[in-house]
Amino acid sequence: MDPAQARSAPAATAATIVVRDVECSRGERVLFAPTSFVVAPGAIVWIRGANGQGKTTLLRTLAGLSAPAAGEIVRSGAATAPLYLAHANAVKDDLTVAESLRFLLQLAGRPIDAGAVEDALERFAIASRRNALVRTLSQGQRRRVALARLAAQREPLPWLLDEPFDALDAAGVAILADVIAAHARRGGSVVLTSHLPVPIDDPAPLVVQLHEPAMA
Amino acid sequence: MSGTFAVVVARDLRLAARRRIDAALPIAFFTVAVSLFPLGVGPEPQTLRQIAPGVVWVAALLAAMLSVTQLYATDLADGSLEQMLLVPDARIAIVVAKAVSHWLLTGLPLVVAAPVFGLMFDMSPEAIGALVASLLVGTPVLSLLGNLGAALTLGLRSGAVLLILIIVPLCIPALIFGAGAVAAVDAGQSARGHYSLLGAVLIFTAVLAPLATAAALRIATE
Amino acid sequence: MTTANHRWRLYRFASPATFYPLAGKLVPWFAAVAAVLAAWGLWLGMLRAPTDATQGDSYRIIFIHVPAAWMSMLLYVVMAFWAAIGWAFNARLASVVARAIAPTGAMFTFVALWTGALWGKPTWGTWWVWDARLTSELILLFLYGGYLALVSAIDDPRRGDRAGALLAIVGSVNVPIIYFSVVWWNTLHQGASVSVTTAPKMAAVMLQAMLLMTLAFWSYAFAVIFVRARAIALERDNRAAWAGAAVGRTAAQPEATT
Repeated sequence: MDPAQARSAPAATAATIVVRDVECSRGERVLFAPTSFVVAPGAIVWIRGANGQGKTTLLRTLAGLSAPAAGEIVRSGAATAPLYLAHANAVKDDLTVAESLRFLLQLAGRPIDAGAVEDALERFAIASRRNALVRTLSQGQRRRVALARLAAQREPLPWLLDEPFDALDAAGVAILADVIAAHARRGGSVVLTSHLPVPIDDPAPLVVQLHEPAMA
Repeated sequence: MSGTFAVVVARDLRLAARRRIDAALPIAFFTVAVSLFPLGVGPEPQTLRQIAPGVVWVAALLAAMLSVTQLYATDLADGSLEQMLLVPDARIAIVVAKAVSHWLLTGLPLVVAAPVFGLMFDMSPEAIGALVASLLVGTPVLSLLGNLGAALTLGLRSGAVLLILIIVPLCIPALIFGAGAVAAVDAGQSARGHYSLLGAVLIFTAVLAPLATAAALRIATE
Repeated sequence: MTTANHRWRLYRFASPATFYPLAGKLVPWFAAVAAVLAAWGLWLGMLRAPTDATQGDSYRIIFIHVPAAWMSMLLYVVMAFWAAIGWAFNARLASVVARAIAPTGAMFTFVALWTGALWGKPTWGTWWVWDARLTSELILLFLYGGYLALVSAIDDPRRGDRAGALLAIVGSVNVPIIYFSVVWWNTLHQGASVSVTTAPKMAAVMLQAMLLMTLAFWSYAFAVIFVRARAIALERDNRAAWAGAAVGRTAAQPEATT
């Protein structure tokens, strides 16, 4: 939680998210105390908190799916929406791996060629199952398919990842860590939640801790 | 955002093709429902001919409403809906795409199947023609309103029954004008007034329902 | 103030903390006015208004039927209005009031239908006729039912408020269309026969009685809706300071539990 980060924000064209005194609520309950941080280009922000503290709600709010209960979020620099990867994989059981990935990429509005899809699947070592129905995959394999979107994404957009390392085996974790670090080096930013330690040293993640709200 | 529209419709149709039995359920329900009426009312041809337009229309309405929760249910469960809603400025396109998919998978088959049921009820050829025409104009209205209901009741336990309760009153004008058109033709009168009104209802619904549905989706997913 | 209260962005309305005691004071007055006006209106309608030439004394049910029907339609629009305000301005009290209106509106609709049937029986010999007005009233009952079902099926109060507001607005927009289509349906299918149970030519005292009954129902509605709105507001904000104080003030009430 270091608002001083704002002073060192880089060029105006790079995508930046400034979070000021944001609170989120679920129903009538405020989930965490006012939180501020800056998601600067090239940064990895690791949101931590207890179960039910509101990490997922905060990510959804950053993605624009809901409005914060208080405070403001200022987004600048990016022409398109951030890439949001939820806890749920967003891959359809009845589509093949390749079809699912192609649908997600098409939604994001980027032109698709078979090569792009193939490369993304290769990066996450799931290309061998390209024509398998998602229904037949294990949880970890489905996660890889969902994560493959990240490999296809080259622009330095903010990435909002909810428990991305969940369900992955050691090899998968290593691949994902690589992809995230590469994205940060390209000038993109990553905001993620994880209850396990984030295995990335360079750049070192900025930790944002969510706290219990002050008693009413 | 025509790109998003086409992508979503194509995906929905592909998904339906992978689950052909599920996709055929609305038609199966429609068939069963329509067939129940002669069993309940008696096989007298004169009576059946008279109630046929109403019966077919009511069955079409119920079949459309029962299948509409599926529009969003699986997408909500596996997170695809969130991803679709994240596409900037595409909310209306997605909502319209869903309505079109639903119509292609439920409404259009009903329109195609209608002549068969017309024959089962011993309707005259002109009446069957009117039945097909009225369903062709009216089933999109049902899909659009059903879409709104599905968005309002997104993720709720009570699901389809609640949806029917809240949406069916809104479908009553379409039902009246649609079934009325067929009855008019059957009685040898002009159905022009009915068709005009039904068309007006379609235009009104097509313009406003997507806006309301997009708002309902926002309310349901915030 | 506290983190809970800053979310109450009630631009023009008193906060629930202010509404609760104020409404509480007003309820007995509204109830009293309702009782007085109803007594006067019924006396005029039942005893002073002349007997109708064709319908005899059975027409007197209109002094309940017509005001109830008016209230049912008026309350639907008012409900939609407050729900829309609550949605547009994030004003929770407005949404609470909308929710409080719905059961009363539905009740008036039910009364209108029932009294319509009671009127129809001696006049036309049947308990129900599918005339345009009664059928529209029935559909209005479905619209109320849909609203009540939707808001009670949604656990999150704010989502329920907003979804209900949308449904009420959509319903309001559709009511003229539905009414028109029902009139169309009625005239086409049944020709001139099942014309509506027409009210007898209005003598001045009849109009007076109907007006009094309408005002009585209006006052009754205020009383009942305020009682219900207080209860809903209390339940929703049961952790706030004012709620605890309010419950504490009332003798022999158990402590509000969070």
